[in-house]
Amino acid sequence: MRAAGDPVTAYLQNPEKATEAQIRLIEQKYHLNEPEYIQYWYWLNGVVHGDMGYSRTAGLPVTDAIALKFPATFELALIAVLFAVTGGIALGTRSAVRANSAFDQTTRVSSLVAVSIPVFWLGLILLMIFYRGLGWLPGPTGRLGTTQELHAVTGFFLIDSLLSGKLNLFVDVVEHLIMPSITLAFASTALIVRMMRSSMLEVLGAEYVRTARAKGLPEKVVINRHARRNALIPTVTVVGLSFGGLLGGAVLTETVFNWPGLGQWSAVAALNLDTAGIMGFTMLTAMIYVFSNLIVDIIYAYLDPRVRLG
Amino acid sequence: MTSKQTSGPWEKKATDPAKAVRDKVVKASFMVNLKMALKPRIREWKFDLHLMSKSLTSIVGMVLLVILITLAAVPWLFMPPEGQGNPFEIPIDLNKRDPLPPGSPGYPLGSMVDGRSVLYGIVWGARTSMAFAIQVVLVGAAIGLVLGLISGYKGGIIDEIIMRFTDIFLSIPSLILVMAIAAVLGRNLNATKLALMAVWWSGYTRLIRGQVLSIRENTYIDAARASGSGELKIMFRHVLPNSWAPMVVAATMDMGTVVLVMAGLSYLGLGAPHGYAEWGMMINDGQQRFVYGDWWMIVFPGLAILTFVLAFNLMGDGLRDVLDPKMRR
Repeated sequence: MRAAGDPVTAYLQNPEKATEAQIRLIEQKYHLNEPEYIQYWYWLNGVVHGDMGYSRTAGLPVTDAIALKFPATFELALIAVLFAVTGGIALGTRSAVRANSAFDQTTRVSSLVAVSIPVFWLGLILLMIFYRGLGWLPGPTGRLGTTQELHAVTGFFLIDSLLSGKLNLFVDVVEHLIMPSITLAFASTALIVRMMRSSMLEVLGAEYVRTARAKGLPEKVVINRHARRNALIPTVTVVGLSFGGLLGGAVLTETVFNWPGLGQWSAVAALNLDTAGIMGFTMLTAMIYVFSNLIVDIIYAYLDPRVRLG
Repeated sequence: MTSKQTSGPWEKKATDPAKAVRDKVVKASFMVNLKMALKPRIREWKFDLHLMSKSLTSIVGMVLLVILITLAAVPWLFMPPEGQGNPFEIPIDLNKRDPLPPGSPGYPLGSMVDGRSVLYGIVWGARTSMAFAIQVVLVGAAIGLVLGLISGYKGGIIDEIIMRFTDIFLSIPSLILVMAIAAVLGRNLNATKLALMAVWWSGYTRLIRGQVLSIRENTYIDAARASGSGELKIMFRHVLPNSWAPMVVAATMDMGTVVLVMAGLSYLGLGAPHGYAEWGMMINDGQQRFVYGDWWMIVFPGLAILTFVLAFNLMGDGLRDVLDPKMRR
């Protein structure tokens, strides 16, 4: 009879009825009695061969669980980044161009407030207003309404629902995506707005902008073609870094909206001491973080010729 | 029979009249030195306050902060505990099992299940949050300061080792790392606190190291070295005070961030237990009643978190402008 946190229970269908012989067999097979560093070595060995252990909370091998849940989180994060980037860059540029105007002041204060709002509370408030209050958007039932069925080809429901040809299915998917992605995008948008505003202010004071204006170019062209792309450079760094941070925020957002992604699974795994799950998820997150930093560095070198020669 | 001890080194010194005079002189000159050192500093602090009060956002931040600190320091003046063992456990009233809306008698902000007052939770939650944040940020800042200082000043292999170690902690999103640590240490507030401390120092280390690397090249450091100051003295007397300005700003804003993370963890179930005066846990409890349309258990604690974090963010913003040398003249 083993307790709930005991690693042996991950491999037992019925922990109460396990015989001593079975337990000993499992302990031997999975090296559960060896010192920690040896177990860690076996785990690393497994990771390199594609086997990250078995997750008790997912009921699947960890690699399968990740493969199953990754598209959900990725789709959510992608839409959120889209919102954050388009909204953030637009607001930030406008704020810088009309510096110290009423628009600018409001934007600055709002972004300060937006960064101070707890993510999960924002999700709950949105649900209260748009689901319980106005009834415009569906409740926290995950990626689809409970009566809908979708044949998942790619795992990205936006694409899959279009592939199925049923329009109301697509609308349902979109409706379920709106609130979680806005919740997730909120804090990132605020950061991007501040970053974009400050770098845009710097750029607008530069000499080449003054030259462009002196040449007689319309103000819109000056801003869009000359100023903005130079101001984008530090902003790209922020966007890339916040993608890793989105994974952290996704944990809370997915829990609020019952989104069947990596975030919700990691919360459940952490709460239930599902060691294999926790380790698998942590490793995955670290890899994603490092990878997105790499992409940011590459984009940075592409955008800024000065970096390439350095 | 006198109680005087037999002669020894202490005995002799106590009755030495020349020593008494020397002590007086030392004490007096110490007071003069202290005054001389404090006067310009006090003048600078007054100037800091003057600069801060110039921007509306800083004033709002300071006012909110004063309110929060008052609530956190003396919560019993506003919501006295009702004889339960631990004042942080919101008192229950089993006659009022179902939550009551705001404005009900005795419950100005409404109640939660079992008659727990939302207002009580908010007031004592301020203390929970403030204490938690102060501890995490202070410990993190202390560790980060020392490590960053050593890493930046010494350079070489020590720098490499410390920075690689720091990078490990920086490369994993903090919420997930804290979740993993807290899962191992247990599902209570202290475990979460330790987990956050274990993660928080890494940001400061990198910040301080960056500052130290640039301060280190200044001429006054060479002058100090030439005049015979030891390495330790240079580090703590010259390099440190000139490099901690960005860290003060970051630490102030981190007070808010720590509370956000703590509330999030409590909401997930990894922090305070049910019924504890902690804003995140109150929202968790409130969510259970979401289907019945009971909104006050979610809205008010959330507003409290928002106010807390906003206050520190505004302060941090104001401090950053104040400490920026370009603005000070």
